[in-house]
This record gives sequence, structure tokens and C-alpha cells, in this order.
Amino acid sequence: MKNIATKLVLVTGLCLNLGFTMISTASAETKVGLLLPYTGTYASLGNAITEGFELAIEEAGRTEEFTIVIEDTEMKPPVGLAKARKLVYQDEVDVIAGVVSSGVLGAMRDFIHQSQVPLIVANAGNNLATGENCSPYIVRVSFSNGQINRPMGTWLSENGVKTIYTLAPDYAAGHQMIDAFTEAFTAAGGEVIGSEFTPFGQTKDFGPYLTNAQASGADGIFVFYAGGEAINFVKQYGSFNIKTPLYGSGFLTSPLYVEAEGDAAIGVRASLHYIPTLDTAENKAFIKAFQAKYNTMPSEYAVQGYDAALALMAAVDNGGVDRATLASQLPHVSYVGPRGPLEIDPATNNIVQNIYIYDTVMENGALTQKIIDTVPAVRDDVAGCQM
Amino acid sequence: MDLSFWILQFLNAMQYSMLLFLLSIGLTVIFGLLHFVNLAHASLYMMGAYIGISVAAMTGSFWAAFFLAPMFVTLIGAVLYFTLIDRMRTAGPMNQVLVTFGLIFVFLDLVRMGWGDIALGLDGPASLSGTTRLLGVDYPAYRLFIIALGLGVMATMWLVLARTQIGAMIRASVENTNMAAALGINVSKLFFLVFCFGCALAGLAGVAAAPILSATTTMGITILIPTLIVVVIGGLGSLEGAIVGSVIIGFMETFGAVMIPSFSAVLTYALLAVVLIWRPQGLIPARG
Repeated sequence: MKNIATKLVLVTGLCLNLGFTMISTASAETKVGLLLPYTGTYASLGNAITEGFELAIEEAGRTEEFTIVIEDTEMKPPVGLAKARKLVYQDEVDVIAGVVSSGVLGAMRDFIHQSQVPLIVANAGNNLATGENCSPYIVRVSFSNGQINRPMGTWLSENGVKTIYTLAPDYAAGHQMIDAFTEAFTAAGGEVIGSEFTPFGQTKDFGPYLTNAQASGADGIFVFYAGGEAINFVKQYGSFNIKTPLYGSGFLTSPLYVEAEGDAAIGVRASLHYIPTLDTAENKAFIKAFQAKYNTMPSEYAVQGYDAALALMAAVDNGGVDRATLASQLPHVSYVGPRGPLEIDPATNNIVQNIYIYDTVMENGALTQKIIDTVPAVRDDVAGCQM
Repeated sequence: MDLSFWILQFLNAMQYSMLLFLLSIGLTVIFGLLHFVNLAHASLYMMGAYIGISVAAMTGSFWAAFFLAPMFVTLIGAVLYFTLIDRMRTAGPMNQVLVTFGLIFVFLDLVRMGWGDIALGLDGPASLSGTTRLLGVDYPAYRLFIIALGLGVMATMWLVLARTQIGAMIRASVENTNMAAALGINVSKLFFLVFCFGCALAGLAGVAAAPILSATTTMGITILIPTLIVVVIGGLGSLEGAIVGSVIIGFMETFGAVMIPSFSAVLTYALLAVVLIWRPQGLIPARG
């Protein structure tokens, strides 16, 4: 009996050993871990980011060069952390890309920092990740919550909106978006006369809040909502026939789900880092390629995935061959992408990009985006970041 | 904060209460009669919304969706009844909860495969798209329709239960199943009918809610908890309990959100705790 047990242990050990050697000999190419939610509330975001990422690699004809390992975070911080460990220790990836939820990013942050595996953030907008808690191994190609909303605060105040009522879901991103907006709006001379945070993921009926916001008599309502909550909010805003104009963080009327909002979205003015109707050669080429492959319009999430892959390829071209060299090259990436000119700010590792103010309009029977103004090269403050 | 503001919020509360009522009444009636805790009820609500969206897309008519979706959901319910529910009836509440909780995840993934992860919207009927002037305030016509629908179902159910022969049979079976069977009532047929009716109401709630709330894969799970709270507060198995429970929760959540927003999420749970301590059987429990 004891003999069999020893043999079993030996054989298992051998297999494990073999497994490890097989993986490490394959490291001539770059191994990427895609860490995204494929189940739960934000599964559609995970899929869009993956689509963009894979398109960029295919377009460049470099599918042989990059091995992609896909893992599902399930939008749960502990799961995200466990999957990150798996990617680093078991799959021995050179770089991780993805992360939709700021909560998952927060849980992974120390592990990434200590294991020194570069992480390209393709969505999670938590200000702290490129502020107080920044790391030389965490580079963000998506946006920060502050970056999207500060320009809108200044812009609205300069364009005649004096008073605002704000609404957002009661969690970290909601607070950061509204705080950034309020700060910029107040600094530019505006006044926020009322503010409410709705229970995140539980609020289905925004009627009571909308009624409150209208009763405040503000010039406009500024909100941050995304996904299903955004659809509910905009539709209910429409059904109450509220005369107060609706402004928002651009996720409110994202092209990904604006169709579901229908006519109620017409006239909503918002700010975002990517608009599919951008009239640039890079964007047109991107949209053509995306539609040819997936037969649908790309959203800002697909662009974030696309740019994560572009940034990675640029870092490889600049001499990034392993974890350490990739980490040192990623903060120096800059190029013109579908969103316009992009660069990573080495002081924070956050992206520097244009923010677009846009209206949702009806054209030829379909909802589309009309760009009203562009705030060029928006850069986040260093805000306590020490590399 | 003038009078019209409070009227608006009153209507908001009524609308939410009626939606909760449509859902909880099915759940509670099934429990009252079959002694079966069907957590998958929330999934049937989700199926109602998604099937409604597909029917509306195919026929181009909201009303077709409104009438057909509950029927399709009833069909799903009937399949569930013969494959799982009927044979789980004597398996005890813990097993029933486990099986129907598992069903929630099965339906969730079925919806993800069939309709995708992106939230979908359903346009309400054109005739109810604007606002209507009522008691001096402009209120969305579709929301008034939901209030009317809820009150209509409430009245119909009360009439059927209190004034018809089938209502008497149901009441008798709730009171004492064995005695009802001995008196010649075909109890198992009655059970099946009531179960189907509960499923139809869940589907109806789903398709009715879709124009206001949009359909997401998590809509079933998020509505399950308030619905269970309504049923527990009102008293498992009773029509009056479901009415009282949904009105209490609907008004509490709405006015909580208006007056003390930072506590609104806690209020209903606090009430649930109080009710469970003082009246664990619920405010108006079913007899039997």
C-alpha cells in the first residue's frame, strides 16, 4: 500500500514538473493573461474588451507572437485575485490585461505590485490606482473616473449652466465621478444645489429620485449610471417628461446600449473618451475592421481592449521581452488610436487623452452621437502618486 | 415640496407596490396551496420580460407581447411542474429551496445564451407613451396602467377566491388538503392549475415591468429578495398578506428614498427583522 502511495506521489510530481517545463520553454513569445468578467452584470463589457483586444492582434498579423490565456473574474474581488495568482504562478504570463471592476483592481493591486508582473488596465477607472495607490507595474489605457468628469464640470459652467443636481449609484466609482464633476463645476463658478446617491444594484425605480431632482429647480441634472441602471434611468427620465436637461458621464448613453434607451436618450449631453462617430482616419479604419469581424458597432469598451493590445505591441516593439522590460516600456507608449492622440503619463501611468462632449441624436431613424466639443489631452494630477 | 410633489411620490409608491404585488401573489399562492417554496418564480419573471421583448420584436406589437409572454411562461411553468416541482413536493423545504435556487442559475445562463448579456429595452405601447394629468400632476401614462393592472388583478383574485366555486375549492384545499380531497375535490388538478396561474402572473409582471425597468440577466435575482420580504412580512400563503406586504414595502422604499435616502436600503430589512421577531407568521398569515 505504502509503495503504491509513494509511486503515486512520484508520478504526480513528475507530471507537475513536466507541466512547468513545458510552459517555460514556450516563453519565446509573449504570454498575455486576459482577466475580465465573462459572467455577471458586466459580462458584456468583458466580451467587448476581448473583441477589441483580439482584433488589434489579428489586424497586426501577430497572432503567432502572442499567446492569450483568458480568465473570468466573475466581477468578484477574491476571484479576480485568485485568477491573477493563477495567471502569474501557473500560466507564468508576461503581462496581464483587462480588469473591469475597480473592486477587483483594488484587490489585485498589492499582488501585482509585489509580483512585478505588468498590468494593463482596460477599464477599471478607480482614481486611486493611478493616484495614491499607483504602481510602476500598473498602466491604465482606459480612463480614470476623474478624467471623464472634470472636463464636463468646467464645460457646463462655461456654457451657461449655473446650478446642477447630481445623482449616482452609491459605490466608489459613483462617488469619484460625482466628486470630480462637482469640484470642477464649482471651481468654474457653478453651484451643486442637491446631490443623492442611490443604492447600487438595488434601485430599479428612479421615479422618486427624478421627482426630487426636478423639484430642486436646478438648471440641469448631472448623473453617472452605467449598464442596466443607465437604461432604466434614461427611460424613466423620458417617461416622466422632465423638462430639466439631463447631463451625464458618457457611460449614461453608451453606444453599447443606447438602442435600449430609445427616444428618451435624444438630447442627453455627456462626456466620454471615445465616440464612434469621431471623424478621423484611425477611427474609420477601426470601425470598418471591427464591423467586418463582429458585424456590430464598437463601443468605448471595445476600444479600450483594442488600445490595451496596441499599447502592449508598442511596448514589445520598444524592446519589451519579459515582465521587467515590458513594465519599463509600457509607461512610455504613445500613438494615435481610434480615440485620437494617446500617451501614458509616466508620472501616474494613467492615459492622457481627449475627452469629447457629445449629444445623442436621432439621424436617419437610428440613434447616433454628435460631438459638440473636444477637450484635448486631459491629464490627471499626480495626486499623491509616488512611483 | 408642495402637494403635487407628494402626489407624484404617492403614485410612484403605488406603481412599485403593484409590481411587487403581481410577483409576490404568485409566489405566495403557490406556497399557500402546494406548500412549495418556488424561488425560480423570479426566473419566470425574467423569462416574461425577455420573451415579451422577443415577441414584440417579431410582431411589432406591445400588446401581443403583453398577452403572449405570460402564456409562454405558463408553458415553461407547466414543464417545470411535471419534471421537477411535482416530484419535489414531499421532499421538504430545504430540498425545494436548493432545487429552485439552482433553477435560477440555469435560467440565467439560458437567457445569456439566448439573448446575450447586454440589457435590452422594450418600448411600451404608443397609446400609453406620454404623461397623463391626474390629481393636478403629470404622471407617465404607462405607470398608471401598471397601477390599474395591479388593482385589477387584486380585485379579480379577491372575487374569484371569495365568490366562486373554484375559489371555495382553493380555500378548502389550503385549509385542509386531505379533507378537501375526501370531499371529492381533485386536489392535484387544482394544484397544477394554481401553479400555472402563479407562473402566468410572474410572466405578466415581467413583461409589464420591461418598459420601465429594461431586461437584464440579473433582474430575477434582484427582484427575488424584495418579493420574499413582501411574502414573509405579509404572511406566507395569503392574498391579503401579499397586498399588505407589497403596499408596505412599496411605500417604505419610495418614501425612504425620498426622505432618508442614506437609510432607504436598510429600512425594509429592519422592518423584516421586526416582523420576524414580533409576528414570525407574518402580518396576515393564511390559515391551515
